[in-house]
Amino acid sequence: MSLTAVEIHNLTVTYDRRPVLWDIDFSLPAGHLIGVVGPNGSGKTTLLKSIMQLIPSSSGYIRLFDQPLEEVRHRISYVPQRESVDWDFPVSVRQVVRMGRYRRGNLLRRLSAQDKALADHAIEQVGMTAFADRQISQLSGGQQQRVFIARSLAQEADLYFMDEPFAGVDAASEDAILKLLSSMKEAGKTVVIVHHDLQTARSFFDWMVLLNTRLIKAGVTKEVFTSQNLQEAYGGQLTILSQVSDLVQEKDFPIREKQYRDKP
Amino acid sequence: MEFFSFTDPNVRMVTLGSMLLGASAALVGCFTFLRQRALVGDAIAHAVLPGVCIAFLVSGDKNPWVLLIGAVIAGWVSLIAMDFITNRSKLKTDTAIGAVLSVFFGFGILLLTAIQHSGAANQAGLDKFLFGKAASMNQQDIITFSSVACFLLLLIFAFFKAFKLVSFDPDFARVIGLPVRVLEFLLSTITVLAVATGIQAVGVVLMAALLITPAAAARFWTERIQVMMLLATFFGIASGFFGSYVSYVAPSMPTGPWIVMLLSAIALISILLAPRRGLLARTRLQRNNARKMRTENILKTFYALGESTTNWQQGFTTLALQEKRAFQPAKLKRGISHLRRKGLIERNKEGLFQLTPSGFTESQRVVRLHRLWELYLSERMNMAADHVHNTAEAIEHILTPEVEQALLEELGHPIQDPHQSIIPYQSKRK
Ligand SMILES: Nc1ncnc2c1ncn2[C@@H]1O[C@H](COP(=O)(O)OP(=O)(O)OP(=O)(O)O)[C@@H](O)[C@H]1O
Ligand SMILES: [Mg+2]
Repeated sequence: MSLTAVEIHNLTVTYDRRPVLWDIDFSLPAGHLIGVVGPNGSGKTTLLKSIMQLIPSSSGYIRLFDQPLEEVRHRISYVPQRESVDWDFPVSVRQVVRMGRYRRGNLLRRLSAQDKALADHAIEQVGMTAFADRQISQLSGGQQQRVFIARSLAQEADLYFMDEPFAGVDAASEDAILKLLSSMKEAGKTVVIVHHDLQTARSFFDWMVLLNTRLIKAGVTKEVFTSQNLQEAYGGQLTILSQVSDLVQEKDFPIREKQYRDKP
Repeated sequence: MEFFSFTDPNVRMVTLGSMLLGASAALVGCFTFLRQRALVGDAIAHAVLPGVCIAFLVSGDKNPWVLLIGAVIAGWVSLIAMDFITNRSKLKTDTAIGAVLSVFFGFGILLLTAIQHSGAANQAGLDKFLFGKAASMNQQDIITFSSVACFLLLLIFAFFKAFKLVSFDPDFARVIGLPVRVLEFLLSTITVLAVATGIQAVGVVLMAALLITPAAAARFWTERIQVMMLLATFFGIASGFFGSYVSYVAPSMPTGPWIVMLLSAIALISILLAPRRGLLARTRLQRNNARKMRTENILKTFYALGESTTNWQQGFTTLALQEKRAFQPAKLKRGISHLRRKGLIERNKEGLFQLTPSGFTESQRVVRLHRLWELYLSERMNMAADHVHNTAEAIEHILTPEVEQALLEELGHPIQDPHQSIIPYQSKRK
């Protein structure tokens, strides 16, 4: 039997009352490399953000390792999309990666030697040792992405959520990082990755979540990656759903009754 | 000068107090600046005025603690108002900030005028909150505001790591379970406190300058946040010192404008002179690049002129050079004298210009790089032979010896470029 890493029930998320995730319902087993795939604006980033509780959801609930996020925070790591921060901020690569070792408990103290060693090891793992003292604005886009991955590795979590970690990363580094992630998988960790490239997705991941506002399919890559499913996700069949979304927004209509919010 | 002797205990106190205010405002301002909240800082500064006035009206007294509390409450109300407007309406953030700033400030001026006309006892001096007057602080004021400033310094020291993370990546901070709301509340509170104390020296109208300018200027000099905060603190201390000095020599002058003048000078110097980020450093770099290109092109032209006869020991007139390559005469002249100073070109007996031995080696190097790059473009990037020349013209000047070595290895020490010209390697001049 395999452990369940992520469990999502009836998740609905709206921006400005417009639903961008509609009644999502799936669970993901632990110990896999899992891809989240879908066209632009299909709600992949929104899905990760609502799992991390960075944005409120209108309904539904989420369990990680069968517990609410609050209970398992220290086992979870999140890599945001690169554009989410100001890369002109005056800090070095090393300083950013060390942030991965920050905890509620050591906020007012200096980091321990062990924390620092872990951060340096993470920098080495993504091949950025030569750049460790560089200011982060003096990096290429792909290198910045690797800094974020290193920060995440430094957290030593059990479950990783990464939003397009390969965007702008060259083929050689992509290979190296993928090897790293595979070895993490072997060690029993779970990695959930938002990924854009359908070509490579198939070979990267053994599990997959196909998304387009609603869930198309979640399962083993072989079953998800059928032409019918892809057609459904990427083809233009969403016109009715988006019409209804517009209506909901226009009429300020509640998408679900409030009391449905948490676990029954 | 009497001021600098610091024999007067009052002068000592005022100076020390102003320096502390400047330091704490500058330090707090670093986070305001890094979080790109400069405008919000300005709005808070203007918004504390009605708070100060109401505190005075209610208490009928100029007790600094009471005025401080009034200022902090008003600052907070303005923050809440800005948040409320941006969240609840479709107005853009800057519109909300502008609206809050002008409404609060207008109301403050109204109250201030009313107080001044009411003839209330001991109302005199309240107008110093507009443009600041360091010297008008009495002992109780100084003790009050200095202790607040010290408190701010300690707080930033203690929470440095957390503030850094929240300013850089608040989402990440939230995800790892830091109390981001509390930290953001703290950051806003120290901004309000820094403003409420800083207005003693600069007044509400110009307070944003004391908050933001030191950080903005410091950013030019460094890429490290710790260094930036140290520098900003130093700039803040300098402005506090200067402010109290002005206030002492020219008692009728408000201090705020003078402090802002000093800060602007510091900022201007930083923009101009800072290494790497400064304007001067950038233009110098560009000028050096242009000169390098020009002199290398002259050397290349000498090489090309000699190549037709494979005799590089002859001299040429500037006219001959210009015929080979369209140089601007003035720039060619400057380039040649630069090369002569570096001993790469000399004037021979007939008064013509010719390459020295080291000049010849250098010209070989430039030509070699040009041709190697052309070859690389046409072989490895499949560019047509008639397209590679122009690209190589620019790139040849920036290729380092390491790249040259890599090119040589990659191309297997080739002999000819795509136009069948010989690639010159280091050799004695024939
Ligand atoms: N802050 C926001 N306010 C309003 N609407 C938003 C906001 N962020 C995203 N949206 C909308 O929500 C939808 C889903 O966005 P999301 O960023 O989750 O897509 P995505 O699948 O990550 O896309 P991409 O592949 O481009 O990263 C989009 O239609 C987008 O326009
Ligand atoms: Mg996205």
